[in-house]
Amino acid sequence: MLRAYESREEWVVKNTKTRTDGSPSMFHGLLTHIERLSASPFIAKSVYSVALAFFLLIVIAPAIVGILAQLVSLPSLTLSSSVAARMQSAVAWSFVIGLTVSSLDVIVGIPLAWLIVRRREHWTTILDSLADIPFVIPTVALGFSILEFWSTPSGIGMIFGADKLVGPGTLLIMLLHFAFSFPVIVRVMVGEFLNYRETFEIAARTLGASAFTAVRTVTLPILRPALLAGFLLALARSLSETGATIVVAGAFENGTVFIKNVRDAGLTTAVVIASLLLIVSSLLVFALIKIVAPRIRIAPLRVWPNLERRLSSRQSVGARNAISLSVFLVFVLLPCLYIAFPAIEALAGGTLSEVVAEVGPWPVFWSSMLLSYVVAILATILNIIGGLPVAVLIARNRFGQKASKIVDALVDLPIIVPSLALGVSLNFFWRNMGALPEFWVLVLAHTTITYSYFVRAMAASVQGIAPELEETARSLGAHPLRVFRKITLPLTKYSLLSGAILVFTRSVDETGATSAVSKTLKTAPVLLVDWIKGNIAVTTSELALGIGFLVATSFLALVVLRLITLREAGRK
Amino acid sequence: MNVTKKFGHVAALDRVTFDVNNGEYLCVLGPTGSGKSTLLRLIAGLLKPNDGTIFFDGSPVNTIEPQDRNAVYVPQQYALFPHLTVLENVAFGPLARDKVEAEALEIASKTLEMVKLSWRAQALPSELSGGMQQRVALARGLASGANLLLLDEPLGALDARLRLELRHTLRELVKQSGMTAIHVTHDRDEAMSVADRIMVLRAGRVLDYGAPIRVYTRPTGIFVANLIGGASFLDGVVEAVTPDSSAVRVRGGLLIQAPAELLTVDEPVILGIRKERVRISPSKPEAENILEGEVREVRFLGSAREYVVRLANGDTIISRRFMEVEKPTFAAGQRIYVSFEQHDVMSFAYPPQGLRKELEMV
Repeated sequence: MLRAYESREEWVVKNTKTRTDGSPSMFHGLLTHIERLSASPFIAKSVYSVALAFFLLIVIAPAIVGILAQLVSLPSLTLSSSVAARMQSAVAWSFVIGLTVSSLDVIVGIPLAWLIVRRREHWTTILDSLADIPFVIPTVALGFSILEFWSTPSGIGMIFGADKLVGPGTLLIMLLHFAFSFPVIVRVMVGEFLNYRETFEIAARTLGASAFTAVRTVTLPILRPALLAGFLLALARSLSETGATIVVAGAFENGTVFIKNVRDAGLTTAVVIASLLLIVSSLLVFALIKIVAPRIRIAPLRVWPNLERRLSSRQSVGARNAISLSVFLVFVLLPCLYIAFPAIEALAGGTLSEVVAEVGPWPVFWSSMLLSYVVAILATILNIIGGLPVAVLIARNRFGQKASKIVDALVDLPIIVPSLALGVSLNFFWRNMGALPEFWVLVLAHTTITYSYFVRAMAASVQGIAPELEETARSLGAHPLRVFRKITLPLTKYSLLSGAILVFTRSVDETGATSAVSKTLKTAPVLLVDWIKGNIAVTTSELALGIGFLVATSFLALVVLRLITLREAGRK
Repeated sequence: MNVTKKFGHVAALDRVTFDVNNGEYLCVLGPTGSGKSTLLRLIAGLLKPNDGTIFFDGSPVNTIEPQDRNAVYVPQQYALFPHLTVLENVAFGPLARDKVEAEALEIASKTLEMVKLSWRAQALPSELSGGMQQRVALARGLASGANLLLLDEPLGALDARLRLELRHTLRELVKQSGMTAIHVTHDRDEAMSVADRIMVLRAGRVLDYGAPIRVYTRPTGIFVANLIGGASFLDGVVEAVTPDSSAVRVRGGLLIQAPAELLTVDEPVILGIRKERVRISPSKPEAENILEGEVREVRFLGSAREYVVRLANGDTIISRRFMEVEKPTFAAGQRIYVSFEQHDVMSFAYPPQGLRKELEMV
């Protein structure tokens, strides 16, 4: 029906009214107001500055200042010669284990990632999901699972009629670290192979190179930065992991186990010096690898056509796939899933009634679980609010290119430095210099430890959006905040959520920094380490069930979050 | 070869059959989605045909892996290896084919000399301009020792001026090397000026295959005529056929004289007249076909002018006149005569799905 309106204004009023009926127009008005404010360079700069200050003062500075301040406050810096010798060998072992395991990860991980990406079949899609399982299982549970699998009569030894195949110690630590760092490489490389422009390889093939030659001389060198990043990530995980390592270490000590042991023994000087040594040496090793690795050119022109042609043959590829698949199966998947057996056994054995009746260790256990999740939620929220502007700042060079580079490097710090050492520093800072209650020290420690994950994911994602999109939106009349809300955020929603998931799961999982910080408050994984090590007496079935609950809840939390992200991604 | 390639249920190539002679330069011309790139990938061995066989020198190569086909694929974005220098890129092929390093580098430097890029041998691809990258990609193909060069839109990523320049260099270098080339493009001028033979592909089918001049003057269909050179199309019904001419009645009752070939009385047909064959004059000229009309639009093209003329029957015909030939110019709204000779009229059977559908670029 056509109706004449007296003026354009009347038409606008009528139409806007019907449209906003039922929606909170006050909120809308406020939002519009804020959006207009965001156009002011001063306001925009303030937002970035506050976020940057949060990062520098709350996230990074305590980690650096704490350990130095504690060092200064120590009465004496001398260690007994036996402790010093233990410390040196422990820190050296940390690097030996880390470098060995990460190298193995790369060697076995590349063929598996290749298989997943290039053989697009039903079973490789399943394999892809299976490779994520070690991410889902908290490392403490993984440590217990691996211990049970390799070192008990009911584990893999059963098949061979042995009490145990691998006892606690160096080798078991390697097996553990391989299991949780292997998926890191696979994940990174699957992503890279998917994004990789196959034309390079195609060009090489038609120029006469066999499949193997093409991958070796063209694909892998092009993907080297990603390969290096994956290697460093795996190395960092290995250097940093604490809880599970303590579980499988036996009498052996690497850096983190040493710090934990001397801390339990009350040797504060050794704790501080070892932490500092671990922090400094990790930074040095990472810097060294980052500088040296890109300079290595591995004979780009050397080709062995016959050998490499044979390696490209159907049989060789089949053998290679079989090897990497069985390594994955035997050393990663089975030891990870083994946890299910003792847990189910405990469920069947009647421990469940004890749980329902809330007797024995269970009240403490559930309050630890609650603490874990509350801390994780708070750390995630802090990271999203504080990290979002920093991510944009890095991606869009808001404070200039140089500032972006520095912030970018600093963001990686909490991943590179072993978290237990970081925790020692954070603990001293917040308790003695900030006089914070333990709960908030925990939250802030977790914020620092997990900060990199969210900012990394977001910065990469924002960088992936063509700036032209934002510029076009601006020139169409949108204020900066509206551009961010309507253009940038919807396009990066997936990364935002997956970044948040990463922060959340890492926080629930964290044992290193947490055990350095906690005195009375124990998160679930830290409590479980005490259970496993026998510091708190529990029965085997209680232990199995407790770990089962931790795995089940992390799994549930992850599924719920996955579903949300999938729905969001589907909407896109 | 005679191949069919299906992606799901869609046939990207449908019983495409053709042959190329050794040393020949073939251009495959077709709009986006016509199956040109699929064809190249099949020949390179990067895709396997669902049906049919590809022969190299008389022997089937369907089961031979890409690296053993001696057919080098040059993708549109060149795919120069970013981590290797220009020289190393060009030497890649000889090395992969088991040449010793010194010999490979020798071949590479010689080829770089051919494309006049020796002075950039140590540069990385990212440091080169688009045109130089194109030449490196070509050099890499030439140096590879292959005998078939598969060029996928080789000039597509360059700006218009460079495209014109490099076109001839490209043909010259390929001819010098003695390689057989299959060059895929959607640019008909490019195809016409470099090819020994042109193959027109549409929706996975070969519509025409022959020397450029034949394809231009006597295209096999309306689509080909329109794709190559373009034309004005009029529809009508054949009224009379004599041994050396025929008369077609078009809309509005006008009668047009056309060649006699293949036409039968009462058959519906489409007549096509090339723009440059249509003359335009202020007074009635001497010609076999003379039509009255009004200039609707004048398009200035630099060396020529195009007049869009509305005929008395409402149809449109375009006349292109070169500047130096045509003294008088015409303005929009002016009433004029257009004329053309009988032998310049191309006649085609009326397409079953209608003229408009036939001209669609899919």
